[in-house]
Amino acid sequence: MSKSGDYYMRDRSLHPPAHTPAYKTSVSRSPRYDLISLESSVSEITGPVFGHNDIEPGDNDLIYNHAAADESAIGQRIILHGHVLDEDARPVPNTLVEIWQANASGRYRHKKDSYLAALDPNFGGCGRTLTGADGSYSFRTVKPGAYPWPNGPNDWRPAHIHVSVFGAAWAQRLITQCYFEGDPMIARCPIVQTIPDAGAINGLTAKLDMCATIPFDTLAYRFDVVLRGRRATLFENRPEGS
Amino acid sequence: MAANKLRESASQTAGPFLHIGLTPKAVGIATFMTARGHDITGSLAKGTRIRVEGAVIDGTGSPVKDALLEIWQANAEGNYAHPEGGGPVEEGFRGWGRAITDFETGEWGFDTVKPGPTRGRDQGLQAPHLNLWIVARGINIGLNTRVYFDDEPEANAIDPVLSQIGSPGRRQTLIAQKSDQDGAPLYRFDIRLQGKGETVFFDI
Repeated sequence: MSKSGDYYMRDRSLHPPAHTPAYKTSVSRSPRYDLISLESSVSEITGPVFGHNDIEPGDNDLIYNHAAADESAIGQRIILHGHVLDEDARPVPNTLVEIWQANASGRYRHKKDSYLAALDPNFGGCGRTLTGADGSYSFRTVKPGAYPWPNGPNDWRPAHIHVSVFGAAWAQRLITQCYFEGDPMIARCPIVQTIPDAGAINGLTAKLDMCATIPFDTLAYRFDVVLRGRRATLFENRPEGS
Repeated sequence: MAANKLRESASQTAGPFLHIGLTPKAVGIATFMTARGHDITGSLAKGTRIRVEGAVIDGTGSPVKDALLEIWQANAEGNYAHPEGGGPVEEGFRGWGRAITDFETGEWGFDTVKPGPTRGRDQGLQAPHLNLWIVARGINIGLNTRVYFDDEPEANAIDPVLSQIGSPGRRQTLIAQKSDQDGAPLYRFDIRLQGKGETVFFDI
């Protein structure tokens, strides 16, 4: 049963509004006019198609993908894994998932990051993969550190990994951030708290997954990403031949 | 509203360091062998080669120098490179690309082909357009807009999306302005996030 109707309208009450004064940079970068709602056309129900030519083996292994031979990134070794699903819990296969993050000390490999914490020569901070037929994905990385950022007088980001997902349609495109269960910085973060819905924040919080750990090697966290779902066609529920 | 089993994951800003994950070479990270998003059309695409460029400007009138834009477009025949895209496309035509705003100037640009008209929701056609998506530090959820072309006045006049925008001034924010650069068509499309001349953004 394939679905070929419109995507469900985005429930904006689950997403941050554009203008969130506690996150100061949003103030001058937020549109003041309302968004204009579009009914889906071919432009929105299609989107870029990715394949295995777009990735290389090891791209999803941040512990080693930037490391010198026989060396590895410093930090708590973790597996970050889960599924990309739609709102009807259907897997989203063969979609590109890209992640980026600070290193274990909370420093990004970026010329605009001036935090005094050390860079790790063996850690680049980017990974990418394609979801499998069941929507599953997996990365190996180190747990990122918290870091201070210029906003309030003493604001810190919780440990987080940025996650970019395409889905099957332009209408599903999403960038979000993955947080970690139990982090006391989540409740204090002005960026997390732009999200008006506690359940939605919980949905961005990866859960410790002991079943997926590798004993004496690597901890694991589970993080599912949910993209917009899609209506069935008008004809989907009609019996054959009618 | 359908009784969905799950709820969409909430968006979060892509932040100031989005380049690490999305355009790593732009910040000197050579982790990946292949870069994505530079070649929108491939070498076999038919149609008129064009360049579209502009700046992203914030509510204070300053250029945004840490934004990322993605483009999604049909080929010259109006087909998207997708199973539901309307028809075949040239080998190598992807129709997708990404660009960052320059760290010094805030300017972005795409080299591509001019898309053809695409089928509308019902019987009609949509005027040639590029779909754009903008993320940056301070943008909590990616902004969707469309780029139309000022040398398509007849098609624009009956485009179902442009027709939905009541104010002619607001409609004009979606029309790229053509000039020529070394004989090749160049379209200017500045994106104003807020304030005077604010670009129309869509809930798609």
